[in-house]
Amino acid sequence: MAMFRQCPDSGLFFHKSAESLMKAHAVLGVVYLLIGGVLGLLVALTRMPSLHVLNAEDFYLALSIHGTAILIFWIIFFEMAVLYFAASTLLRCRPATPGIGWIGFLLMVIGSTLVMVAFFRGNSSVMFTSYVPMPAEPIFYLGLILFAVGALIGCFIFLGTLVIAKKENTYDGSIPLVTFGALTATVIAIFTIASGAVILIPTLLWSLGFINHIDPLMYRTIWWALGHSSQQINVSAHVAIWYAIAAIIFGAKPMSEKVSRTAFLLYILFLQLASAHHILADPGVSSTWKVFNTSYAMYLAVLASMIHGLTVPGCIEIAQRKKGFNNGLFEWLQKAPWANPVFSGMFISLIIFGFIGGITGVVMGTEQINLIIHNTIFVPGHFHATVAVGTTLAFMAITYFLIPVLFRRQLIWPNACKWQPYIFGGGMLILSLLLLGAGTLGVPRRHWDINFSDAALQFQYAGTAITMMGIAGLGGLMAAVGGAMFCLIAVGSLVFGKRLDPGASLFSSFGFPMAASCYNIERPGKLELAPIEQTGDSGVQAKGTFVLALVFLASFVVYFFINAKYLSSIWPMG
Amino acid sequence: MSILPPSQKIWWKEPIHGIEITWIIIALIWCLVLFAWMPYWHIYGKQNLSNESYKTPPEVFEAKANAMAKAHTVRTEPKSNIPVVKPPAGSDVYMLGRLWQWWPILELEKNKTYRLHLSSLDWQHGFSLQPTNINLQILPGYETVVTITPDQSGEFAIVCNEYCGVGHHTMLGKIFVK
Repeated sequence: MAMFRQCPDSGLFFHKSAESLMKAHAVLGVVYLLIGGVLGLLVALTRMPSLHVLNAEDFYLALSIHGTAILIFWIIFFEMAVLYFAASTLLRCRPATPGIGWIGFLLMVIGSTLVMVAFFRGNSSVMFTSYVPMPAEPIFYLGLILFAVGALIGCFIFLGTLVIAKKENTYDGSIPLVTFGALTATVIAIFTIASGAVILIPTLLWSLGFINHIDPLMYRTIWWALGHSSQQINVSAHVAIWYAIAAIIFGAKPMSEKVSRTAFLLYILFLQLASAHHILADPGVSSTWKVFNTSYAMYLAVLASMIHGLTVPGCIEIAQRKKGFNNGLFEWLQKAPWANPVFSGMFISLIIFGFIGGITGVVMGTEQINLIIHNTIFVPGHFHATVAVGTTLAFMAITYFLIPVLFRRQLIWPNACKWQPYIFGGGMLILSLLLLGAGTLGVPRRHWDINFSDAALQFQYAGTAITMMGIAGLGGLMAAVGGAMFCLIAVGSLVFGKRLDPGASLFSSFGFPMAASCYNIERPGKLELAPIEQTGDSGVQAKGTFVLALVFLASFVVYFFINAKYLSSIWPMG
Repeated sequence: MSILPPSQKIWWKEPIHGIEITWIIIALIWCLVLFAWMPYWHIYGKQNLSNESYKTPPEVFEAKANAMAKAHTVRTEPKSNIPVVKPPAGSDVYMLGRLWQWWPILELEKNKTYRLHLSSLDWQHGFSLQPTNINLQILPGYETVVTITPDQSGEFAIVCNEYCGVGHHTMLGKIFVK
């Protein structure tokens, strides 16, 4: 029975059941992006000292939902769609056990719904981190566990699909780099979910009264093997998407497969140690342990990101130079399709992830420098650059590609599409920079009132810090406008966009298969090796990218030593 | 193309670009500098994280803080009614975090060294000393001992920067340095 269709625009092959799973996961992801985004806006407006829109209780509730809905639900739902795409579509292979895939999806829906119910009942405002011994309702932990089991099923289906592709010989040679990146994400995801199970199952039993004590340091150590490693799934996934977009838009081939794949391998080997840098300022853990583990074993995972930071723009530069954009250092970049949101979203994601997210992450992950940063609003400043711009904007960019190709709908509002990555990325950039600044001045994260208006004692932050929080709120507002544009464009295109296939019905936008007649291919032709490049690698060099990399390194070095200098000015302690 | 299998079956044998290898070497050196900086700062830097901590039940820690306050209280802060404690220079000083205060208020001498013991009686708290900007995580059941030397005089606040419930933002403490 013919189960595949070929997208006439991209040439990609979609299997009927994998396609439905991709759509369902992506749509649910956007639903959580919308929920998390609306609450994120309320959080941003509350932290603007002049507006302060929510009361304390609602603020902590909104912040808990914002963190969980975005960091876990939006991202992991979307990542599951990426996994089905990277295995089934890119390898032209049927997905392993699609029926069980729907069970996984259902578990994720039930789990995330339970967590949302727990939040809205009001007794589980424990933040994304749910540190013990502050309790949440049992259904909160139960929901997270069910969600994780669902995601785990998705991971195993990805691995199963790779096995089938190999066995049924759907491709020649090795899996493509993008699939390799997705595989990296899957391996890290399995580790992450296992860590989550190790800590959340006892915590659930504790909340039900079967266990009477959970050690808070043990909780933090294991919980962060879930909490931070899950962010490394994002890094692997969005780096894979950067490579995918470079290939889709420019036909770019990796500068060298060996380097890019080794860099992914470094993620697997070293990122799991990342939980350590969340407990730098904790008692009970030795400095030796902290120095080794927080640096991800001598920063080898940072090295991996620095490599991708060179090779992704580098492969674009080489592809562009081969097309003739060969003048000077940066003609290749000037002549890039900046009006195409697939490209602009991806490139803004790359630049802000590296320059802001990457540098600040390493600086605050340095054992002693963490003293001046731990739990300040510097931390959200960092991860809005990595997750909100790095991951989320990369996912938005690939969505602009997937709506016509996967959903077979034309994008509505081309002008809004063109501007959306700039508005979202720009707003997040303002938000991140100002939060980093305010955090450097000591402003705490997760805090309703930095003016302490109803406290017994008093303290005043520097006026600059208060001003920075105000401007950060405006950045948040701008980012929320960009996020809302994305949700409207995505949902609007699925419902009202021009149908590119007769089979693209309203229901098929939300997970139902297209009309049976669309699936007219029994078995796609074997995926062949990429053509060997004629010019040879020595002919074209990525000089412009190298200059960008050096600028990046200089910023990194300067910013690191500024913070080291700042550290030397605080009270001597040891 | 990154979405196709590598053009050579044994992709490990593909050549590496010159700028790639140069960048990898530069980046690796920088990563090693970052790594070496931490042990370096342990030896030559003056601001380091404490390695001294104990598992102390909350009631035991509370008793120690009470005993210190009883022995060395010099006055009571008028509005909040919290004792101001002036322990001798070089001594063991206790400060506890609980919903929602840092207790007691301390009065320290400039450029004198103290062993500051910190713990929580209930949930997790964040010890954020402002405006000098020192931030530590405080866990119930764990007692951290930080050797500090205030080198500025004035009034310092301790903001709680770990979320600890609906009164979190009212949780403040004070240290006077004279």
